[in-house]
Amino acid sequence: MSGYNFAYLDEQTKRMIRRALLKAVAIPGHQIPFGSREMPLPYGWGTGGIQVTAAVLGPDDTLKVIDQGADDTTNAVSIRRFFARTAGVATTTHTGEATIIQTRHRIPELALREDQILVYQVPQPEPLSKLESSRAETKRMHGLAEYGLMHVKLYEDITRFGHVSISYDYPVMVAGRYLMSPSPIPAFDNPKMDMMPALQLFGAGREQRIYAIPPYTRVVSLDFDDHPFRTTRAPHACGLCGATDSYLDEVVTDDRGGRLFVCSDTDHCETRRAAGHVGAEGVAA
Amino acid sequence: MAYVAVKGGERAIDNAHAWLAEDRRGDPAVAEIGTDQIREQLGRAVDRVMAEGSLYDPDLASLAVKQAQGDLIEAAFLVRAYRTTLPRFAASAPLDTVGMAVRRRISAVFKDMPGGQLLGPTYDYTHRLLDFALEAGFTPPAPAEMPAEAGEMPHVHSILGHEGLIEADAPGSGEPGDITRTPLSFPAGRDVRLQALARGDEGFLLAMGYSTQRGWGGTHPFVGEIRVGEASVCITPPELGFEIDIGDITITECQMVNQFQGSKTQPPQFTRGYGLCFGHGERKAMAMALVDRAMRAEELGETVSAPAQNVEFVLYHCDNIEATGFVEHLKLPHYVDFQSELETIRRMRADALREMEGTP
Repeated sequence: MSGYNFAYLDEQTKRMIRRALLKAVAIPGHQIPFGSREMPLPYGWGTGGIQVTAAVLGPDDTLKVIDQGADDTTNAVSIRRFFARTAGVATTTHTGEATIIQTRHRIPELALREDQILVYQVPQPEPLSKLESSRAETKRMHGLAEYGLMHVKLYEDITRFGHVSISYDYPVMVAGRYLMSPSPIPAFDNPKMDMMPALQLFGAGREQRIYAIPPYTRVVSLDFDDHPFRTTRAPHACGLCGATDSYLDEVVTDDRGGRLFVCSDTDHCETRRAAGHVGAEGVAA
Repeated sequence: MAYVAVKGGERAIDNAHAWLAEDRRGDPAVAEIGTDQIREQLGRAVDRVMAEGSLYDPDLASLAVKQAQGDLIEAAFLVRAYRTTLPRFAASAPLDTVGMAVRRRISAVFKDMPGGQLLGPTYDYTHRLLDFALEAGFTPPAPAEMPAEAGEMPHVHSILGHEGLIEADAPGSGEPGDITRTPLSFPAGRDVRLQALARGDEGFLLAMGYSTQRGWGGTHPFVGEIRVGEASVCITPPELGFEIDIGDITITECQMVNQFQGSKTQPPQFTRGYGLCFGHGERKAMAMALVDRAMRAEELGETVSAPAQNVEFVLYHCDNIEATGFVEHLKLPHYVDFQSELETIRRMRADALREMEGTP
């Protein structure tokens, strides 16, 4: 696009973001403040992820953008178009073909590789935000690794409900040091972060924070010995491809309680159907 | 039933944009509004967009108002997104508001003072009656004119300052901070706070300022003075080494004078809250001055208990571009998280129902 630099941001800004990213990789899970820019997309719609992607994107990259696991959700379309327009890079919907995947709320089902980067859009980078509203105070708590407040919250959940009631944005400990928000991915996706071969980068534009998980880093969802972390998914098979291990969306089919469960990761579902898997409601691809 | 995954986001967006363009134009039988008309006839809207968009450019702000169909926060967003692509050359010298060309200047603390009271173009004493003559089209008679008086209009604090009755200006701390380059951190200096407030949402600041008047962090304010006019912006380019005037901007400045009981180290004296914004925006400048003073509570040894005194609370929530983005992002699909909540609540209900059945 004429009048704008490659991938929209000027090179000085990209350098500033890359410096923050390097710091973030060096201190896994630690939030690095950065001079977040005002983007032509609204805050809360992926400005942090977009800035991170813009800073790591090169002309030879192949970009995939997903929202809720799907490539065709409107905001994913909008962000993919933004980069197709400002950087002219190749885009794909296939997880395996992408070198950079920007995501909101999901981690793809297909295991990621060392040559891939996963960029998360983060609305609230501070995992303690709901327990302590002051950032000056949470910064101190991170400095002292003072995470008792979060353990008390989990404990109170267990005494009240019998189990932890957090179902997404479930807090994790990174490399045994920093408590980190995995962004609002379902707890189902948390285990995928642990020892992932791909580099995981997190951008929070409005909150002006960047953080990262380097490849092959321990990421542990908080739990107790007698109440181990467990994930939930709808107890069904995908109606289209028959997968029993993927995260499912619940699609309302009528007003009499009719439901269809389908893979939230649309590429995963399509790939499976192309390989001949057919679910109870699906037709062969 | 053969279910096909929802597709067509791309086409939906294109079609939505086309519809939006048609909607923006309105009835094509009605003449299209020009950005020059917006600039000249909707000046207060343009001023607000420049203030909250944080960019002094009446032409771009007028275009933004047109493009946003008069949605001023959306217009400020357009201006901000443009502004962020511009290089930053320099920080200006402090504006000389004493020497500015004043068209309105009022003080509530003195009946008269050097330079006088100058009512200027104000809605203050208009009766809010809809003027149906305007609807029909109306050419106003020429206003009365008088030659500008020579001589400066000193700020009211310099009048009070001779007796030490009011705090003096703190020494400058060199180049001011810039929240568009360096992320906010706390404690935040007054330069950074004032920058954030100057870009802050008028409605938010109005409510916060109002809350201090109703007892939530009272500051006992008096309007020392409000002035509106044109001030010169001067910079010193490093390659020249001397100051040059790069143009005039219209600004509104408010100096609030506030009571202060004194502390162990300071005798009682008046303190100040400061407000300044682009364009003619008295409500904004006054609210800003109230909030600025409220946020100085800690520095002045006052109890910090009200929202307006909480620097983190005010600075993290005064930006309407951030706020509108995050509030409106709730429109985006959240069905993955909602699904996990559904599963959790089903499990919790099952547990609860089992327990209820178990009890006699």
